[in-house]
Amino acid sequence: MFKRFDTDAIFQRLALLAVAAFLIVVLALPLGTLFEKSFRDRDGVWVGLANWVRYLETPSLVGSLWNTIWVSALATAIVVPLAFVYAYALTRTTMRWRGLFRAVGLVPILAPSLLPAISLIYLFGNQGFARWMLMGETVYGPIGIVIAQVFYCFPHAFLILATALSIADKRHYEAASVLGAGQTRIFLTVTLPGVKYGLVSAFFVVFTLVATDFGIPKVIGGRFNVLATDIYKQVVGQQNFEMGAVVGMVLLLPAMLAFAVDRWVAKRQVALLTARAVPYEPKPNAIRDRALFAFCALIAACILTLLGVAVWASFIQYWPWNTALTLRHYVFSNADASGWEAYWNSLQMSALVATFGTAAIGVGAWLVEKTKGAGILRGAVHLLAMIPLAVPGLVLGIAYIFFFNAPSNPLGFVYGTMAILVLNTIAHFYTVAHLTSLQALKQMDPEFESVSASLKVSVWRTAWRVTLPVASPAALDVWFYMFVNSMTTVSAVVFLYGPFTKLASVSIVNMDEAGFTASAAAMGVVVVLTSGFAKILHSLLAAYLAKRTQAWRAR
Amino acid sequence: MIDIFKRGLRPLAVAATAVAALFAAQAADAQQRTRITVYTALENDQLAPYKEAFERAHPDVEIAWVRDSTGTITARFLAERENPRADAIWGLALTSILMFEQQNLLAEYSPQGFAALKPSFRDAAAPITWHGMDAFAAAICYNSAVARQRNLPPIRTWADLLNPAFRGQIVMPNPASSGTGYLTVSAWLSIMGEAGGWDYMSKLHDNVAVYTHSGSAPCVQAARGEAAVGISFDMRAAREKTQGAPVDIVVPTDGVGWEMEASAIVRGTRNMAAAQKLMDFSASLAANQLYARYYNILAHPGATGAAQNYPAETEARLIRADFAAIAAMRERVLAEWTRRFDGKSAPR
Repeated sequence: MFKRFDTDAIFQRLALLAVAAFLIVVLALPLGTLFEKSFRDRDGVWVGLANWVRYLETPSLVGSLWNTIWVSALATAIVVPLAFVYAYALTRTTMRWRGLFRAVGLVPILAPSLLPAISLIYLFGNQGFARWMLMGETVYGPIGIVIAQVFYCFPHAFLILATALSIADKRHYEAASVLGAGQTRIFLTVTLPGVKYGLVSAFFVVFTLVATDFGIPKVIGGRFNVLATDIYKQVVGQQNFEMGAVVGMVLLLPAMLAFAVDRWVAKRQVALLTARAVPYEPKPNAIRDRALFAFCALIAACILTLLGVAVWASFIQYWPWNTALTLRHYVFSNADASGWEAYWNSLQMSALVATFGTAAIGVGAWLVEKTKGAGILRGAVHLLAMIPLAVPGLVLGIAYIFFFNAPSNPLGFVYGTMAILVLNTIAHFYTVAHLTSLQALKQMDPEFESVSASLKVSVWRTAWRVTLPVASPAALDVWFYMFVNSMTTVSAVVFLYGPFTKLASVSIVNMDEAGFTASAAAMGVVVVLTSGFAKILHSLLAAYLAKRTQAWRAR
Repeated sequence: MIDIFKRGLRPLAVAATAVAALFAAQAADAQQRTRITVYTALENDQLAPYKEAFERAHPDVEIAWVRDSTGTITARFLAERENPRADAIWGLALTSILMFEQQNLLAEYSPQGFAALKPSFRDAAAPITWHGMDAFAAAICYNSAVARQRNLPPIRTWADLLNPAFRGQIVMPNPASSGTGYLTVSAWLSIMGEAGGWDYMSKLHDNVAVYTHSGSAPCVQAARGEAAVGISFDMRAAREKTQGAPVDIVVPTDGVGWEMEASAIVRGTRNMAAAQKLMDFSASLAANQLYARYYNILAHPGATGAAQNYPAETEARLIRADFAAIAAMRERVLAEWTRRFDGKSAPR
């Protein structure tokens, strides 16, 4: 009997080591290679902190740092409450059209970030038909950045919060109400503490997403500087990788903070779904449901308007001088030589990223959460998993060149192939997928493992027979998340694609830069449709899985 | 048991043979045609005709493009310098190529017909590594529809942009992000002198609404009417006009900065012969006639520009440019520019 558990433990450690090794290769070593450059000059001579000193003396730094912080904080302060109410309405009420609202709430994640920026320019730009709404303010600057970021980050916060809110133990609510607690008190003492971990995750995910994104400020930021555009100036504008590495390291600070807070909160989070849990079933409440319906309808209308404007933009002959409609912008070879080929590459890459990413990240999260012992190793994997969120894609892309292209690297053969794009993209989107997996696993009572252990069932068998089926909806969510993000990712892969692996998302940016705005919007629409189709498949599969594996949730 | 194995293995064997045959076929194809990886910042729609023309002239060589904006391709090439992936560069800003030459990343080669090119389009100092193809110059995209609407005065010289009527109407590229931005700024410093140039930019700063991160963006924005005036370059301006935008292309009479598109072979390429063929073609009259469909100022004296809507007066207004000197002062100018103008909030 002891022997059995010993082999289990050995295998678990080996698996943990494998995941750690994977993260070190796709993340720590490339970033380390780049960051080491922040202590060298352009000729590779060690200069210690000279770059750092020079950077800290740059007068625009404080401005960029302050701009980054307040824009990110403002966008976060808008997005998280909106997403919370939206997710609450969808998971805790009996309101109508919940399925529809859920789908619409995810729409922004399907769209390349250039799409909302194009829409905002058509709406609020100097020729925009709704510019009166800004009352003389310009959309090029913090206003445009915040609106576009709110749109772009909404689904991220919504997904995390909906996962957190969807699991609740009915007995807690019954107990509270038997004890005479009112609605507000129940909300404050049962609901909120239950999703504390999700809320904290949502705050940090949105904050770091806004802080590290450069696509939106680049297009609509005007002369408003943020750290992410500073990196662009250093790396792409001046090919100064050393200074780019310095700014990149500064941007890691919020993630480090997030990691500390996350650990602190996680220690206080208890499993919600104990082995004896009874799933919560919302009861109808006419006033609440109607108010929340109105709220969700408003949010959904805003999202669909921004998307609709982009779709319309893709059909316009030549904005704003010739607004006749045409289909010619969908013939991409006019605007980009790689045309539709780029789209097929994107599709292939996204499918690979989603499939391998979900498996690797799921196993990693399970090892971190559900295995015993090797605390340092588990902590290390979790820390590594938190880093990608804070790494701007640009930094990750350049880091990959330095690491994988080094003549001495035995992994050099992946350079210029589809494989490096897949590895890079898995690493880039690791954090949110990891958090989602963790969230789902955290809510399962460790008692399952203890009981299995006392019944002499191996941990693998428990994982396969209990954990995986229970977590399968979350795994499906992760698959979908990885897929749609891979369809739209730009900033890292722009340095890594080879002659035959150009991606649709890169092509969108290229076409927009060359003035083919409508073609860029058109490719964006094709990407949205593709991801929308993936979403429909995802929903069908999720419904099937729910029937097959989640029946226990019903009483 | 053995039967099961056999039955299981047969399809595998068939598949393996098929795969082997496929590889063999590919290998045979590869033997006939050398594939070279070419880094470029050419416009997207130029890729297909350029590739086709070259491959027609040299059927034994095949071009595999990696194309992105000038800044991205330059950053990528420099980041790859320990282990270069490109065989050749066909169509990249000379400023970038000079950076590569300085870091000893280019192979020495003077293509056939090199001597026939205009002197300013030839690498003057040994070892000869690059040759020019065509040139583009700073230009102003002036949206006549917006100008009428807002009653803006016409523009002839750079000084005209200082008119208070243009407050908040001008968009220009940030020189710290964009090569076009830097060529414009360095030209002002050269035309107006160091002190005069900075003084000019300080006054212009009051009229600038946005400093963009791309050199094309100002003209695209002017073409869309997002700004009245976009400081950009002539090729982009001509293209927007051809697409139907109500833009006038202004080449200021007091002189404009310019940049050259050039080609070179990457040091250490394993396909030297094929890369040399590409260079020979790039310097040929035939290739220059191809460039002439998009640009008006060409390396080969025998080619005449035929690009649509191109301002004819540009070539006469180009300033004398010493590219090595412009590159040498880049870091200092950008630091000063950033100190003065970047990160300041937009004027109200």
